[in-house]
Amino acid sequence: MSEAIVRLVNVDKRYVRGKQSIEVLQGLSLDIPKGEFVALMGPSGSGKTTLLNLIGGLDTPTSGEITVAAQRLDQLSSGGLARWRANHVGFVFQFYNLMPMLSAQRNVELPLLLTHLSASQRKTNTMAALTLVGIADRAKHKPNELSGGQAQRVAIARALVADPMLLVCDEPTGDLDRKSADDVLHLLQVLNREHGKSIVMVTHDPKAADFASRVLHMDKGALLEAGTRLQD
Amino acid sequence: MKYFPLIWATLWRKKTRTVFTLLSIVIAFLLFGVLETIDHAFSHPSGGVTGADKLVTTNKYSITLSLPFADAQQIRSVPGVAETTWISWFGGYYQEPKNFVFALPVDTDSYFNLHKGEFVVSDEHMQAYRNTRTGALANSALLKKFGWKIGDKIPLHSTIWTRKDNGSLDWTFDIVGSFSAKDPTQAGAQATTLLFHYELFDEGRSFGKGSVGWFEERVNDASQSAAISSRIDALFANSPNETKTQPANDFAMAFIKQLGDIGFVLRAILGAVFFTLLFLTGNTMMQSVRERIPELAVLKTLGFGDGRVLRLVLAESLLLCVIAAIIGLALSYAMLPIIKIALQGVELTPSALIPGIGVAVLLALIVGAAPALRAMRLNIVDALADKR
Repeated sequence: MSEAIVRLVNVDKRYVRGKQSIEVLQGLSLDIPKGEFVALMGPSGSGKTTLLNLIGGLDTPTSGEITVAAQRLDQLSSGGLARWRANHVGFVFQFYNLMPMLSAQRNVELPLLLTHLSASQRKTNTMAALTLVGIADRAKHKPNELSGGQAQRVAIARALVADPMLLVCDEPTGDLDRKSADDVLHLLQVLNREHGKSIVMVTHDPKAADFASRVLHMDKGALLEAGTRLQD
Repeated sequence: MKYFPLIWATLWRKKTRTVFTLLSIVIAFLLFGVLETIDHAFSHPSGGVTGADKLVTTNKYSITLSLPFADAQQIRSVPGVAETTWISWFGGYYQEPKNFVFALPVDTDSYFNLHKGEFVVSDEHMQAYRNTRTGALANSALLKKFGWKIGDKIPLHSTIWTRKDNGSLDWTFDIVGSFSAKDPTQAGAQATTLLFHYELFDEGRSFGKGSVGWFEERVNDASQSAAISSRIDALFANSPNETKTQPANDFAMAFIKQLGDIGFVLRAILGAVFFTLLFLTGNTMMQSVRERIPELAVLKTLGFGDGRVLRLVLAESLLLCVIAAIIGLALSYAMLPIIKIALQGVELTPSALIPGIGVAVLLALIVGAAPALRAMRLNIVDALADKR
């Protein structure tokens, strides 16, 4: 068993909306070994996205411990979490979330603005990431000039460019047709298998989950089961 | 600097809105540049004096109070004074009060000697003027304005001086010639001027005989103006008619200032403009940030900290305001020659440029503060909830 890149111990997450307290995650514990590709499935409101937010350092738990890439996220301040995210995690969203006014290249460069790399180094790394996802020829195009599949590849390049250990993907194929979705999932699989990226992906699509090495099911804020899928 | 492409692209995200906002700020700073320059010219008149070899002596306490004509001889005797002349305010208009005529009773020899080189007047017209006791020389623009011709008899109404012979305020003059300004920047200043004989005025008025409104002097050495001014005023110190001698341009400005507190009026206009601009630009910036909440949330997701996001929004506001201010101030600078003509030759310096940039920075920080704070406090999870 390899070392865990993600470890959650007895995590609770509660939201307070007005006078109402909503228990989203209850006593959740989870280990994700380094280099694993995990798919999180479950009905809407089961807590998948909340769990993903906690793993990605976008949110903090109400109680419990979260350790990702050897860092206790539940003990970090807002600024500390921002710095940690910049260095250790890449995000891929359902609707790509690219900056509409920037070219693909400038979008991918964004995480590198937080580094001390020179302009030429940033450009080299940006083009390498775009090449890796097979979209270097569209570097100068803006998001509205790209297809959904191409835009999602740009988003993946942006997630990869700072060379994070972990990719957090929230419904990355939810807005794509089957062909584009399969291309993106193949790409994620390549990144996992050939480049050693650990991936946690939320999906409603069983076919997308087939690309993962493990599928976790959630319901009402708890993990139902943990199954291991054999590698192809 | 590495953030510039991001800030620049964000600024132009909605081109039309940015252009209109930019234009409104440009206009405000154009106005700022013009009005501040004018205010500066009136606040620091001596800094802009071109004809410092010309002085004006008025009553120390008010330019509306007269001085004895006899003072002319004493002023002439002051070392350094090359020429002295005397003038009174006639307060004239033609037919209706709106038809203001800058009619001046002048002593022909001393006046034209002192103002040598300022007027273009033909020898023929000058001779006719000298030979006609009731003659008047009118600016060619004034002739054109009222349709007067050489040889016309024109009545002017004085708001002050009644005639000795019939108690009337109406005075009649024969137009015997015309003149124009030699310096084009003075064309506006002279456009309503009409000159007539002081002797006719002094003998014809029912009161104030032997008094003058003010004296004008030309000095041999402009660098000695201040000392000569002091010498003139010292002559009349502790007399019933103490004097105040100052450069001619200062006198002109003091005359205009009688209309009201120019600085206050200009600042009030600017205050209203910038108060409106504050709301306009502030609202635009707020709307712009509101529309970009998901994008700002993505930046935070990528690792941009709260402080960095705040600085990005403030930088955007700064960029917008400073660029617009530079354009506006540059336009106002380009307009200085036109304004100078409109202000009848008052010397203007581009004094508003540096304070203008300061005001732009202040404006940017004020209008950018609220949206920047909102962006800084943005909760990533909430902001992304709708976008995901």
